[in-house]
Order: sequence, then structure tokens, then C-alpha cells
Amino acid sequence: MSVLVDTNTRVLVQGMGQTGRFHTDTALAYGTNMVGAVHPSKAGTIEHFEGETDHSGVQGRADTYSADLPIFRSVVEAAEATGANASVIYVPPPFAADAIMEAAAAGIKLIVCITEGIPVGDMVIAKRYLEDKNVRLVGPNCPGVITPQQCKIGIMPGYIHQPGKIGVVSRSGTLTYEAVFQLTNNGLGQTTAIGIGGDPVNGTNFVDCLDLFNQDPDTEGVIMIGEIGGTAEEEAAEWIQQYMTKPVAGFIAGTTAPAGKRMGHAGAIISGGKGTAADKIAALKKAGIVVAPTPTDMGTAMLEALG
Amino acid sequence: MRGDYHGPAVRKGPSLKIHEYQAKQLMKARGISVPSGLLATTVDEAVAAVRPLIEELGNPVVVVKSQIHAGGRGKGRFIEYPDLGGVTVVLAGIDGGVEAAEEAVRELAGKMLGSTLVTIQTGPEGKQVNRLYIEQGVDIETELYLSVVLDRAVSRNVLMVSTEGGTEIEEVAEHTPEKILRATIDPAIGLANFQAADLAYGLGLEGDAFKNAISFMKALTAAAVELDTDLIEINPLVVTKAGGVMALDGKMSFDANAMFRHPHIAQMRDESEEDPAELEAAEHDLSFIKLDGSIGCMVNGAGLAMSTMDIIKYVGGEPANFLDVGGGATADKVTAAFKIITKDPRVKGIFVNIFGGIMKCDTIAIGVVEAVKEVGLQVPLVVRLEGTNVDLGKQIIDESGLNVVSASDMKDGAQKIVELTK
Repeated sequence: MSVLVDTNTRVLVQGMGQTGRFHTDTALAYGTNMVGAVHPSKAGTIEHFEGETDHSGVQGRADTYSADLPIFRSVVEAAEATGANASVIYVPPPFAADAIMEAAAAGIKLIVCITEGIPVGDMVIAKRYLEDKNVRLVGPNCPGVITPQQCKIGIMPGYIHQPGKIGVVSRSGTLTYEAVFQLTNNGLGQTTAIGIGGDPVNGTNFVDCLDLFNQDPDTEGVIMIGEIGGTAEEEAAEWIQQYMTKPVAGFIAGTTAPAGKRMGHAGAIISGGKGTAADKIAALKKAGIVVAPTPTDMGTAMLEALG
Repeated sequence: MRGDYHGPAVRKGPSLKIHEYQAKQLMKARGISVPSGLLATTVDEAVAAVRPLIEELGNPVVVVKSQIHAGGRGKGRFIEYPDLGGVTVVLAGIDGGVEAAEEAVRELAGKMLGSTLVTIQTGPEGKQVNRLYIEQGVDIETELYLSVVLDRAVSRNVLMVSTEGGTEIEEVAEHTPEKILRATIDPAIGLANFQAADLAYGLGLEGDAFKNAISFMKALTAAAVELDTDLIEINPLVVTKAGGVMALDGKMSFDANAMFRHPHIAQMRDESEEDPAELEAAEHDLSFIKLDGSIGCMVNGAGLAMSTMDIIKYVGGEPANFLDVGGGATADKVTAAFKIITKDPRVKGIFVNIFGGIMKCDTIAIGVVEAVKEVGLQVPLVVRLEGTNVDLGKQIIDESGLNVVSASDMKDGAQKIVELTK
């Protein structure tokens, strides 16, 4: 078991430009079931991929892979022709929020938006649009979602992951890789790793992911990686205290970040005295979460939480 | 409208700030009430502004306002003139007429222009004042507060108003939160009339002031959405003796990611207000923030970059900067980043911390080696590489013959660079 994605996930790519092509190729090498792409200016053509299999991905495959993905004008057409049930978005920032809404309108149930730099105002509208639709948006500005050896949607390096019992949820990209790497090195594989993204308006938050992991019978513990800005970690801590039945470890980035400076991520800013690392760490500890004192202690913090 | 994007460059990074006078220009253009004012960059321009401003309404009072990107200007003081405030009301015109007001403004502008204003937001070093805004005086009945900002908890903008105008809103929020009234703005509808009316009623307004406040709030929230602001703060918002509702001050900052569709606002950027190193970094599409410490950091990914700063501090050092080279950096970009770090004379050592994903370790290694060849290496360098093509990256560093210390993980690297810079 896992959450969000597995071997039944059929993935459509929105935005088959240079970036989209590159990551589609690595996903195919990993063994993800990529079924087609939407890119209006290339509609009606076929995109060919081939190369060496990434054996850290889906097991039992030949040493090489070859795939021909059909390109469509719209998500509706693509979904109908391919039976896609998930979409990954590499559309450039000015058009990415529209791409999210288009996927939702076409009935895609899982939308993973990788694009960084989408205007916040566009995301406010997109999120409003998704409100009455039964859709899960992950991101934007995130590395994506991976269930090791089953399905990789996004830009994370596949080989650091191992199948196992730990759920990973994080606002940061490379810091997630760091956490996963430490888990793997400590013998702790992952059920699913979810990057929820570093933007102030995102589709899926910590609580959504904790809830999914809580219900997943194969997940035995969760590590959540937060950062300064907003109050999502505090809300997660409250939820954990009330509902979480599994051990949780955590880490918060930005202990030394000065107020008023945006630390790379649009969402990572301490403003009006709110959103400090100290507040978040205190909230997590109060909820009984084992908080790693430094980013090199994330793996051992998870071990400690598991007891 | 999809596909590869060929429009203007989308600049990442901090929000775009503009001056008060620019914010007021934007408001005025949208029919939002502000006092008349004129920009001055010289003493003569400041003096020349006085007569038309006084004669327009016959009000003999003008205000001289320093234009810097920092709040607290009214209470701020100049280093060169410790008794002089950054915003000064000129009353000389009441008894002495236009000529007296002009003379007073001449003296004030002579002192303020080129001097350094220190406010609670500038830090002790202050900011040089290069622009003044000369504005009409206003007959104030009451001072209110108004702001529009994103409420992250509900992913919507929120309009906040308070009767406690002129004071720090953070203090009001802490001590008397019931005095802040809020309305959440549905992006599909905008600020509904009844919401604005509720707030105006809550502010205790009546008659013309009530009606004018509703129009003001609706126009301002519409401006926030249409101009992609990440903050509009009007403090104080004033009710005049005649029942007008007017922005006496105006602070606006914008979502940098949306500036591709607002070129006229992007042009309002005042680069003299920004750190030169941060500007240079932005040109290379690097996310860089200067800090006060001595250990330069180069990292990929914002979260990892932040936690690299944290771990340096944890082992007893002080980071000199936050620097995220981004996901798909080229060797050239890495070289540029390295140069920006080494330019800072306070940097006594450099820690490169990379977890390769899309970013390959060999790319980083080539960039670092190139940079060192170009600019030399006067300080210790510790490199920690992990992830995609890590062995190739380590090999490039080893074979370069450079004096680079390798680290096995983040903490090891942080300890080594702190040790080497003691």
C-alpha cells in the first residue's frame, strides 16, 4: 500500500517543453506509467523516448525502455484517449494555474504541479476553482510525489528512495531528498514521499498528507519537514495531537532566518512576528513529535520516534 | 496559451517594493482618494512644489516626506540632524503665506536630501534619502488603519481595518485584537458591498464618511487583485473634516512573479534601495540574501539552503548569506554564485552543500573549479556533494588540485568550515 500514487497511476504530462521532456524521460526510466502529454503546438505528434532503465524504480523490467507518447491539444482529449487519472504540470508560470484548472475540469483526480514562480493571485483563483471539485492538487513549486518502485511523478532523484514503512511530507525539495537519503541509510524505506511545495497557496497541506498516511495500513511512521512562514506546521501539530495514531518525527528549516526576508520560497518568510521556527518547533514538541535538532538528524529522529 | 514560455524573464525572489509617492500615483490613477503631492529630487524642485500645492485648495500647510523603502519614517530621525523627523509638517505658511512655506521647505529639503534616515525598520545604518514627496496638508478628523494581504490559512486575500490608525498594527493585534476588523475576499466576487458596509459601520463612520469609506475599500481591494500586490497598507487612512476618506500614507509591495504582466510597476523599482550583491544575484537568477556572518554558503534548494545556515549556526559559526543556486543551474551560474560570495570581504570561508537531483554534482564541481581558477581562492573551501553523479563530482574536485576539503555530510561540512575559519 501507499498513498496518492502506485502502479495503477496513469500519468499525463502538461507542458512537453524541454523541462517536461527531460522529466518524462526520467519517469519512464523509473517505470512510471506515462500515457501521453498535452502541448497544443505539438498536438497530433508523437514524442519518442528510449534509454537505459533505472533499476532503482519498478522492478523486473528489461535493461532498456522505449516509449511513444501521443501529444494532445487539451486535457479533455488526452484524458479520454489515454484513461489518465493523474497529471503532472511543467507549464511555465504565467500559464500554470490555468493548466491546473484545465486538468480539474477534465476530471483528472490527482494533479501534481511542479512549476515554480506562479503568481499568488493566480493560485488564489485556481484554488477557489478546485473547491467544489473532487480533486487533489499537490504543489505548486514542489518536487512531486513518489511511491518507491511503483510510481515517480516529478523531479526527485529516484534512486535515493527505498520501499518501506515511512511516509514523508515536506515543503522543501532538496531537503526532502536529504531526509529520504537519511531514512534509506538508516534502513527505513518509504511508503510514499510527498513534496507539498514552498508557495503560500498550495493544494495539499501537511494535515491532508498526515491524514492519508494515518489511514494507510502500510505506513508505520511519518516524517514532516517544515520551514518558516505561515502556520501550516502549527495546524499540523494540533491535528497530530488529536488524531494521529502513528509516531511522527519532524524538522523545521529556518531557525536562523531573519524576519522580513523571503528565504527563496515565496512562502518562507517571517512577517509580523509570525511563522518563526521557534514557534513551530515548540508546537511540534508539544504534540509529542520528535524534532531533529539539525538537518543531519532527521533519519535518527525518525528512528527515535519509532522507539 | 500553454507551451514553452517566451515572454519577459520571470524574476524570482523577493517582492517588489515601491515608494509611497509611486503607490499614491497608482491609487490616484484608479480613482482612490489621496492628497495632491509632487516629487522632488532637488531643493529647487521641493521649493517649486509648494506654491501649486498650497494654491490648489487654499490650505497653507504642506508636508515634506522622505521617500525610502522602510516604515516608521515619521518617528525616524536623521543621523546628520538628530532633531529632524523623516516626515515633517510645514506650518510656516499659515501666518507667513506661500513665501514663508517655501523658505521653510528650502531649509528642510536642504537638510533631508542626501542625509541618512534611521527608522525602526532601516537598522542602525539607516538609508540615504534621495527623493522627497511634498504633499498638501489635510484637515484630519480621525485616523484609521487599512490593509489588504493574503490570509494563507484560507488562501484568500483579507481586508483588515482598525480604528487604531497611526500606530503599529502588530501592537494592536497583540494587545487589542478585537479592534481589528476583517473581511475575507472571495476571488470570484471581490469585496461585496455588505462586507464593506459592515467594516465601515464597525469603524463608527456615518454619513458621507460611511459612503466614501465603502467606495475606498472596494476600489482598494480591487486594486490589490488587479495589480498583484502582496501587501497594501494604508496607515493612516484618514477621514477629513469634510467627510472625505483619503490615504494619507501608502505602502504597496508586489508579487515579483506577477510583474511580467505589469511592466509599468516593474519600472517603478528603485535599485538604489536594494543591496548590490542581491541585485547582481537576481541578474543571474540566483536567490541570494546577504546576512551578517563570515561563512559563505552555496546550496541548491531553498529549504536545504536555509537549513545549511541553521547548521552552521548550530556548530558555532555565522552564515554570511543565503544562496540557492536553484534546481537546473549551469556551471556558469555556479561560477557567478561563487564570485558573488567571494566578493564579500567579511567572508572567511565557504561551504558548498549540494544534494543533486536535477542539479548534477559534476555540474556543480565544474562550476566551482572554474570559479576558483578565475577569481582565486583566498579562504578555506569545504564541499559536500551528494546525489546525482556524486562520484563524478568528487572526482572533478579531486583532480582539480584545488585546496578543497571534502565533507561526508552537512554537519561534518559545517563543523569543518567553522573550524577552518576560527
